[in-house]
Order: sequence, then C-alpha cells, then structure tokens
Amino acid sequence: MSGAEKIAVKVTEIVPVNDLVTRFRFERVDGGALPTFSGGAHTVVEMQDGEITRLNPYSLMSDPMDPSAYTISVRRDDKGRGGSLFMHQKVQVGDEMTISYPVNLFPLDLRAKKHLFLAGGIGITPFLAQIKQLERLGGHWELHYACRTPALGSYVDELTAHHPNETHVYYDDQDQAIDLKNLLDGQPLGTHVYVCGPKGMIDWVRSTAQAEGWPREMVHYEEFLAPQPGKPFEVKLAVSNKVIAVGEHESLLEAIERAGVDAPYLCRGGACGQCETDVIDYAGKFIHRDHWLEEEQQASGKKIMPCVSRFEGRTLVLDR
Amino acid sequence: MTIQFNDETFRDDYTFRNSDWALKRFPFPFHEDSYMYSVNMEQHRGGPEGSVYEKRFDVDEHYVSEMRDRAQVLSEDPLRCQSLPHMTLAGWDVLELIMVSKSEDYPDLFELHRDGNRWRWINKPLGIDDTFTFLDEATLPYGPLEYITRQTQGDFAVLDQRDDNLWMDAGMVTTQADWSLDFDIGMNFFEWHAPVPMAHEKGIFVRALKFLMNIQQGAPARRLNWTMTVNPLLDTSPENYHKWGIQKTTLTPENIGAKQHLRVELQTFFRLPRSNALVFPIRCYLCSFQDLMTVPKWGRRLHRVVRDLPAELATYKGFIDNRPLMLDYLSGFDDGLPTSPGIWPDLETEPPLAK
Amino acid sequence: MSTFAFPPSIKSRPVWGSFEPQSGSAYLFVADAEGAEAILDLAKVAPALMASAHIIYIPKGTDFETALRALNPAQLYVGPSYAASLPRLRKTLEDAKMGLQVYLSGSEGLMGQAMREAAEAGIPHAAIQTEHRGSVARRMQCVHCKGITEDVAVDPFVCSHCGLNLFVRDHYSRRLAAYQGVCIDAEAPGCVPEPKGIYE
Repeated sequence: MSGAEKIAVKVTEIVPVNDLVTRFRFERVDGGALPTFSGGAHTVVEMQDGEITRLNPYSLMSDPMDPSAYTISVRRDDKGRGGSLFMHQKVQVGDEMTISYPVNLFPLDLRAKKHLFLAGGIGITPFLAQIKQLERLGGHWELHYACRTPALGSYVDELTAHHPNETHVYYDDQDQAIDLKNLLDGQPLGTHVYVCGPKGMIDWVRSTAQAEGWPREMVHYEEFLAPQPGKPFEVKLAVSNKVIAVGEHESLLEAIERAGVDAPYLCRGGACGQCETDVIDYAGKFIHRDHWLEEEQQASGKKIMPCVSRFEGRTLVLDR
Repeated sequence: MTIQFNDETFRDDYTFRNSDWALKRFPFPFHEDSYMYSVNMEQHRGGPEGSVYEKRFDVDEHYVSEMRDRAQVLSEDPLRCQSLPHMTLAGWDVLELIMVSKSEDYPDLFELHRDGNRWRWINKPLGIDDTFTFLDEATLPYGPLEYITRQTQGDFAVLDQRDDNLWMDAGMVTTQADWSLDFDIGMNFFEWHAPVPMAHEKGIFVRALKFLMNIQQGAPARRLNWTMTVNPLLDTSPENYHKWGIQKTTLTPENIGAKQHLRVELQTFFRLPRSNALVFPIRCYLCSFQDLMTVPKWGRRLHRVVRDLPAELATYKGFIDNRPLMLDYLSGFDDGLPTSPGIWPDLETEPPLAK
Repeated sequence: MSTFAFPPSIKSRPVWGSFEPQSGSAYLFVADAEGAEAILDLAKVAPALMASAHIIYIPKGTDFETALRALNPAQLYVGPSYAASLPRLRKTLEDAKMGLQVYLSGSEGLMGQAMREAAEAGIPHAAIQTEHRGSVARRMQCVHCKGITEDVAVDPFVCSHCGLNLFVRDHYSRRLAAYQGVCIDAEAPGCVPEPKGIYE
C-alpha cells in the first residue's frame, strides 16, 4: 500500500472563515485519540468525488498536542481541478472521510534560537500549529503575515489577540509589504526563517536570504502544488503492462491509481520525492512542475514526478 | 505466557544462559548460506507468535538482569546516556511510545494510566510505580529518555531529521557493538557509519538513509544486524575495550562452544510524533555457538557464512584472528547437506546432522 | 610550505576547504600560526571584506601580525593561546547577527574548536569556511578516559591523562573537536609498534 497509514474520521464542524477559506474539523469515527503530530505536518484527505478519488494534502493547523481532533483550512480554488470545490460544496458535517497519518515535510528546527515565520495567504496554516507547539515548549518566534485584504486575512484576529507582540500583518490592498531585507538584517545568530506561501514569495525569501548571507540550512520553505489541469495524454506502464489515458482534470498519479496500479506517494504536491518514476521512453515534452527533481534531472527526460507533472506528445513509457 | 525472569550476569562470572524457549526464538540473522550487506528492511508490524518480532518492544527472560547490568554501566559511566538540548521533546515521544506499547502488549507486566498529563506507570518486573506529569522533566528522576530506557532492553539512538539527513542527537547505549555514543553524538548518518567498511562503496547507506527518512508515523520498520562476541558480554564498548579486548584471546578448541557467542541486533525504527525525530532501538540477543549447534540448519549455515565472509568484514566485526578456531569448531556441524531458505530453525523439516 | 594534501579517508574525517569570498554583513576570522596566510590570500581577492572583519589570531611563534594589521581589519586581536582568546570569541558570537560569515584557518585543532563554538552559537557547520594551513598534528580524545591530548603528531601515542597506548583513528567528532584514540595493545598487552608520523 502506498502513502501514509489511513485514519477513518468524521467531519464534526465546518466553519466558513471568510469568502475563500473554510475550516474543517475531523474526529475519529471510533471516538479514539488521533496521533499527536509536529507543527508543519500535513494530512492527505481522500475525497470520493463521483468516479474520481482525489487525494489532497492540507496542513494541520490545530494544536499538535491535542489528540481529540484535527483541523484544516481549505482555500477555494475556482480554477483548480475541483478538490477544494468538493470540500467547500459537497462535504457536510457528519460525513465520514479517510485521512492519512500526519507527515511532516516542513518541521521546525528545534535547535533554532529564534523562529522567524513568513506567511502569505493560506500559507498561514502550518504556522498556526507551529506557533501552538512553540508556545507549549517556550520557543522564541515572530510572525510576518501578508494577506490580500483585511476581509481575506484568515486567523488575523485570533493571532493579533493572542500574540500581539509577535504578530505582524501586512495587507496588499493597503500597499503594505514585508520589508524583508531589513527584517533579515539584525536577526540574532541562530535564527531560522520559514516561509509558506505562493511560489513567488518563496523564491523572493530564499534569494534575499541568500544574498544577505543566510546559510541554506536556516531557510525552510513549503509550497504545496495542486496538480494543474492540462491536455489529456496517454501513458504506457511497462511493469504492469497497461496503457492508460490521463484526463484533463486528473493527475498522472491519479490516473495510474485509477488503473489499479499501486504507486508510491506521500505529499502529492511535488515536494517529498516519494513518487519519483523512471521514464523508459518518450517522444514529446514534459511539463515538470515539481520541487523535487534537479533542473538537470528534469531536462534529462529520465524522471517524472507523476503527482504534479504532465506530458504532451506521442509516446510516454514509464517504469511502473 | 508469564515470563520467568533469569537471575544472571553479563560480566565477571557470566552466568547468562538461554532457556530452550529463548533458543527457539533466537533471531538467527542469516536467511541464506552467505552474507553481504543489504538494506534488509521490512515492516515492523508483529510476526509469528512467540517470536522476537511479535511485539513492538520484545521483553524476554533476560529483562530484569539486563536492566541491572545497564544500571551498573551507567553508574560507572553516566556518559552512556546523553541527549542534546533540542532532543528533550523526542525523549518524551520515546517514553510515550514505549509505555503505550508495553502496557498494551504486556498488560500483565506493565500498566499505564493516563489522566490528561498526569501519568501513572507501573513496571511490575522492576517493582516501579511512578506518577509524573507528561512533558515536565521535574517530575521524573531522570530525563524522559533515560527514565524509560533504564526499563527497556536494547540500546536506543534518537535521530533528528533535518537538512536531508539524520543526526544522532540523543541515545542510551550500554549494549553496543563497539561504538561510542559519547563520541558519535551529533554526527549525521554517514559520519557515524563512517568506520563500516565496504558498505559506503556499495551505496548501502545512501539507500538506507532514503528509506529511513521516509518512515512515517504508524508505520515502523525493522532489520537484523550481527557480530561476534567472546563471552556473553553486553557492554562491548570502546570505552572499556582496554579491559574486555583481552577476552577475545581466551578461546580454545575446548571452550569455544560455550564462550563464543553470535550477537544479533534487532534494529527497529519508529517515527516520533511531536518531535518528528526517529527512534532507532537496537536490541541485542546473544547465543552461544554450542546452543546454536543444537539447530542443525543453523549449524550448517553458520559454518558456511563464517567461512565465506570477506576478510574486511571479519576484521570490522572483530573476529578475524579467531576465525580459524571458529571454523575448526563449526565445520563439525556442517555435513554439506542443503539448507532451507529463511531464518527459521525448521526443526521438524530439516534433517539431523549426518556425521 | 604550509599546505598539506590529506589522503582520502572515511566520511567522518573533516574535509577542509579553501576560503571563498561570501556575501554577508560581517566577517569573523579565527586563525592560528600559518592560518594567517589563508586570510592574507583571501584579502587579495576580496579586499573589501576587511572593512567589516574581526580577526582573532594566535601566532604560535609565527610572524604574520604586521601583515594582518596591514589589511586594516575592523578589529584585530592577537592572543597568546586559543584558551586565552575563547572568552572574546564567545562574546563576539553571542553579539553576532545573522549574516555573519565565519572563516577558520590554521591547525585542525584550532579550526575544530572554533567551529564548535560557532556551531553552538547557531551556525550550521557546513556554512563555516575553513582552510587548513601549517601543522598536521591532531587533537585526540582517549575514548577510554575521555582526556584530550593536543598536538599529537605520531601514531601510536601515549594518552597524556591515563597513560594507555592509543592508535590514531580518522573517526572525528565535531562536538568534541577531536579524533578518536583507541587502545592499541588491549589484545596483546605491551605489544606496541614503534611510533611514526601520522601520515608516514
């Protein structure tokens, strides 16, 4: 079986946070305790959307030490393939769903003298759990959170009420922006910076930190990529001897799974490397979208990450 | 079953013995007639009833005496248990994992009663009944890692995961195959394995690291490793090597069956929840050659493995000088008949020794 | 010649680098003896660094002080021993901000001990620049008594604390800033080979 261990849960609360974001609370169907976890962990939520099984990762935002329930926040993506729309429109309180055990690809470095969090939009969610963890352990942290508008500032009120000194909020529509260079300059030795948000923000933080002489090991980032729709294409799976069609609105990984072929995965967002697959033959071009493969590997035509990457062309044969 | 705990020693007069029960469940590490490194990982989710794989943390007849030996090692050298400051949370994770596992797997021996963060832990074999506050170090007599591993057989390495590597940042190490926690603490996966010959070149550690970093909560893994020890000495530490090394020179054709022991490590790996660290228990099982030879399949196979092992490995495992003596003894238990695949003794199906 | 080509070894043995200019907000150099040469060489390719450089230097009988002073570093401290410089090094690291670049040069013992201080202050060891110059003697820990013997040049050697005959391993602990020494005659007491240079 691929992916992390599964847990049967029941949706016990659905709370609209603002126009785009809704929060879901899960408790175990059997009433037992959920595994505790570490701040930054995500769970993969299985959605039975008609014929299609969707598996989307969401950061756990609840208190990592609280085994009674998990909460996640889902931002609606009207242009996406439908996972977030399914959560917003189809899921009801009382529904039973399957989620994965927590997996952490964005953990705190517990040696840090200080944790500097930089969040963009829905990228706030892993930090909510990390802040709870650090509050419990007495860690030193500071949050800089960029949102589009006050109305779309998920959890701003809660953060500023509980942590007025640590929380700094910036609104795009008021022309406020994180003064990153200044912020990085003057942080005490041993500070680790963490960024979660859109790709542009992550790239900006990584390159600015590097220019300011921050070691690579002290800059942490997480960006989940949702698989993007694309042109349908055909794939031959050499090991299982099957030819499958990948539809416009499904990922290559989902199509492989739909064909009954067990393929390894963890994050389903191009980050963890688990689904890395060897290409045996191809004629056409790859649309690589992952963060895992090195540029040379992507260009080599020998590897693909089927969770987020696609293909356009005549022939694609995979070692699966 | 109720376990009858032995009263025995792993030093000085060496009264350690395996009962028939312990011998039958001994984790013989060779699944075929030869040995080479491999990333021989499998899931750690139980195993045949009564086997050492059945429970998450195996408790056997040596438990009470092993814990007494550990206490003695620690009193002579407290550096055998250490935890870098950022690993305290991982120590609590280990404490919870062991207490929950043992109380569920051995309800007649261990009890855990939890009321929020107020925990009561009862360890009947060791006569312990403590109440403490989870995550409050002030309520335990030792740090959480030391507290629980003074009550659990096997060594423990606790590995922090960061920068695409595993870092051995905490541990309890008193039954080791000649490596020093005090020296190796803080090293990454490749560094603490640096002295192992041949395996780096074969890419073993790159593959093993990749596997280990992907072990997730709720899905532990295990493998076996092995070496040789003269006398049933648990504490074969570098720290005390100048004291025990001489024992390796005391083998004779007359005493080798009783003195020479195959030392097997059952290594398990669990992802820890709150710290995201990995705990790596290394459980040591000892068995004398003469006891092993009562299982015809193991007798045949051990002879072939020891005979054909590359010299680098025999040197690294510390028995190159004694190998001729071992082979003289072991060849008497190898009649050349084929052996069945797998590690199990197969007493009912394997033929008795034909010479 | 103050440089030495160390033979290939196991993965725990440190691999020393050569100084490269690095962008940063401040520069801390710790060097002993011929380690000064690495600083002088770096200053040739990146003279601008010196305006925000703090150099902690232990000459050990060499004569590089005038040359270092001529680089016009922001701060230059010349001390009689590493131990004497340690309070200053710790205070500097305690006050330092992210963006500080650390450069260590000279003997392995000096670089190892200063690296330990910088790592404890929060800098990943891989982000610390090093360049070996001068003595190839080692700082050795006796695995048996835990005592450290400085400047060990021969193998085997006698532990300066417990007197055991130890052989010199390449296994190295960054936390102890020392290589491991292990009893050589445990299995044959008194049978100790004639000492020779570690790299002979």
